[in-house]
Amino acid sequence: MAETARPLLEVRDLTVEIPGDAHVYKPVDGVSFSVAAGEILGLVGESGAGKSVTGSAIIGLLQPPGRIGGGEVILAGERIDQLAPRQMRRLRGKRIGLIAQDPLTSLDPLMRVGEQLIETITTHLPLSRNEARRKALGLLEEVGIPDPERRIDAYPHEFSGGMRQRVVIALALCADPELVIADEPTTALDVSVAAQVVELIKRLSRERGMSVILITHDMGVIAEATDRVAVLYAGRIAEIGPVRDVVLTPRHPYAQGLMSAIPDVEDTRERLVQIPGTMPRLAAMPTGCAFHPRCTHAMPICAQVQPPLVDGVACHLYSPAPQAAIAGAA
Amino acid sequence: MSDVFVEIDAVSRRFDVSKPLVTRLIHREPKQYLKAVDKVSLSVVRGETLAIVGESGSGKSTLANVIVGLLNASDGSVRFDGHLTSEKSGRELAPAIRRRMQMVFQDPYASLNPRWRVGAIIAEPIHAFDLARGPDVGRRVGELLELVGLHPDDAKRYPHEFSGGQRQRIAIARALASEADFLVCDEPTSALDVSVQAQILNLMKDLQDRLSLTYVLISHNLAVVRHMATRIGVMYLGRIVELAPAHELFATPRHPYTQMLLAALPDVRMTGRARTKVSGEIPSPINPPTGCHFHTRCPHANARCKSEVPALLDGVACHAVHEGRIAPMRVTASA
Ligand SMILES: Nc1ncnc2c1ncn2[C@@H]1O[C@H](COP(=O)(O)OP(=O)(O)OP(=O)(O)O)[C@@H](O)[C@H]1O
Ligand SMILES: Nc1ncnc2c1ncn2[C@@H]1O[C@H](COP(=O)(O)OP(=O)(O)OP(=O)(O)O)[C@@H](O)[C@H]1O
Ligand code: SF4
Ligand code: SF4
Ligand SMILES: [Mg+2]
Ligand SMILES: [Mg+2]
Repeated sequence: MAETARPLLEVRDLTVEIPGDAHVYKPVDGVSFSVAAGEILGLVGESGAGKSVTGSAIIGLLQPPGRIGGGEVILAGERIDQLAPRQMRRLRGKRIGLIAQDPLTSLDPLMRVGEQLIETITTHLPLSRNEARRKALGLLEEVGIPDPERRIDAYPHEFSGGMRQRVVIALALCADPELVIADEPTTALDVSVAAQVVELIKRLSRERGMSVILITHDMGVIAEATDRVAVLYAGRIAEIGPVRDVVLTPRHPYAQGLMSAIPDVEDTRERLVQIPGTMPRLAAMPTGCAFHPRCTHAMPICAQVQPPLVDGVACHLYSPAPQAAIAGAA
Repeated sequence: MSDVFVEIDAVSRRFDVSKPLVTRLIHREPKQYLKAVDKVSLSVVRGETLAIVGESGSGKSTLANVIVGLLNASDGSVRFDGHLTSEKSGRELAPAIRRRMQMVFQDPYASLNPRWRVGAIIAEPIHAFDLARGPDVGRRVGELLELVGLHPDDAKRYPHEFSGGQRQRIAIARALASEADFLVCDEPTSALDVSVQAQILNLMKDLQDRLSLTYVLISHNLAVVRHMATRIGVMYLGRIVELAPAHELFATPRHPYTQMLLAALPDVRMTGRARTKVSGEIPSPINPPTGCHFHTRCPHANARCKSEVPALLDGVACHAVHEGRIAPMRVTASA
């Protein structure tokens, strides 16, 4: 989808701080991106990269003592990162829907699933209880819960893992939000149900112009659903661009490693591919490019200077300086 | 003769899903039951990985919970290394047996005590089964954290300070801490990106080879299953419909449902490979179709399928296969 004049969501230089014993940790460190109306932006990266924290920061749900340490979050031209908690609560659910990574945090275990949906719908939309119930049933059907009439009055624990996840998706979509942050919405779903949910999210974004930030490690979902993809590493964007470019011809060495590690059912290799080394801990963040201890292309400059995000990639291999240096040395 | 380690014999599990009493009286509805697991028989061979796959709601987690004794079976029995375990609840089992079976839960958040530090969570089975004492406990915890790609210092933090995938790894470290020889893993790597997932699965495989562990692995990720499983059981609405060695199941799926699942795999590499969407809705398990549960979606269904439950014969539960009406699908591995 082409970008419209003004994006629905703009994130500028977002930094999240968590005060620790000795120093302040930054799980998100200067992240900028935008999402156009009706666009689906994928957010990928290894476990611990800062994907969920980015999502929580946008929607104002950072766990204390975590806080936004800098930058701006702009929704439809309006800054929302400094709203009072009460205003933010009104925004959540209504204008921004969250599909949390942990489905249980969004569901009240003591409340029937239908009650939770109806309550959210009637809080945000001018509908009667009966209309809300009908809408809830329709949504449960759309996320693939068989026989919703019989299921709507059940408690969350009476659902299977994948069914609970779909209830949370219905809950995030039920007030017709402009933006949905979907954090691993399909982890508990098999391919066919995942495809159905992805189809639903795509349809809502197409028909209603709903924007989506889709956090997932499932490259199948990324390939099928997203328009653009941002690859996060150690709290910074390593690469961002149209999905085909990033998945098929990644430029950043980390993005390249990530794409080649995708296991395939046609793949019968004895061992699965892993990127050597692990994501650095917040307490021991490398200097310069955070990927340099694991990068096979690392140059001296990589340990010293943090590469800026230029033309969709943050890597010294593509910045003019080292190339000039290499050319100069030759 | 293969060495059967866990014997699951005609296990069923029902849940009461009746409407609230008042509603039921008003509408004169009888009590309603949902059969999440329906006469499942399986034997797990020592040292193998038996994978269970199937659509959401097909009864995989329920079966897993019955196997490790966290849920009672409504019918049937489970024997673990010769001991009948299904008659007793988890707590009544002798500690010596309880220690040998561990489960990694589908929902890692729910299984980690939020008020305990991660070190205490992982050390709990070590203390409970007296596997180490004094400073050895801390050292063991540190080792386990490193095995799953975390840092020994992480022992001091609380679960909420970790990302989703990190929490899932803590749950795996805890299960490994007990030194169990039988592990039931319910979607153990679903929250993990491909690289960390590879690290954990490679680790699980190494441990299995070294310590001859036995796994039951539940996963909807067929790439994971293909990599890990010795044999695969395919579940549909509470029943096992196909059971075959992993390579056979992928090369020549025989049950129409298995064939449909394999055809629906997404095209990750954007090769433009045609992908057949799984057709039809999953029927409600409260009112499952008669006969073969799959007949409402099966292209080969006939009158017999609607009335008669096909038995699991020779690894497949399908009348059409038994009658020779359909041949196994050949999956050509594309380059
Ligand atoms: N409350 C907290 N206190 C301390 N560290 C935290 C806290 N919340 C998150 N972190 C750390 O911040 C980093 C980023 O976490 P985040 O949850 O955003 O990861 P993620 O990319 O969503 O990973 P996953 O794919 O595993 O869910 C992790 O290293 C995590 O341990
Ligand atoms: N405590 C319960 N009360 C009522 N119904 C239940 C209960 N637990 C499970 N069920 C039902 O049993 C069926 C099987 O659930 P189960 O959790 O075993 O599925 P699953 O195969 O693990 O699915 P998923 O892949 O979504 O995790 C579902 O229809 C579920 O709603
Ligand atoms: S900046 Fe250097 S270390 Fe970082 S990814 Fe590029 S080449 Fe590798
Ligand atoms: S028994 Fe009949 S309905 Fe069931 S899978 Fe076989 S052919 Fe299809
Ligand atoms: Mg996360
Ligand atoms: Mg389950």
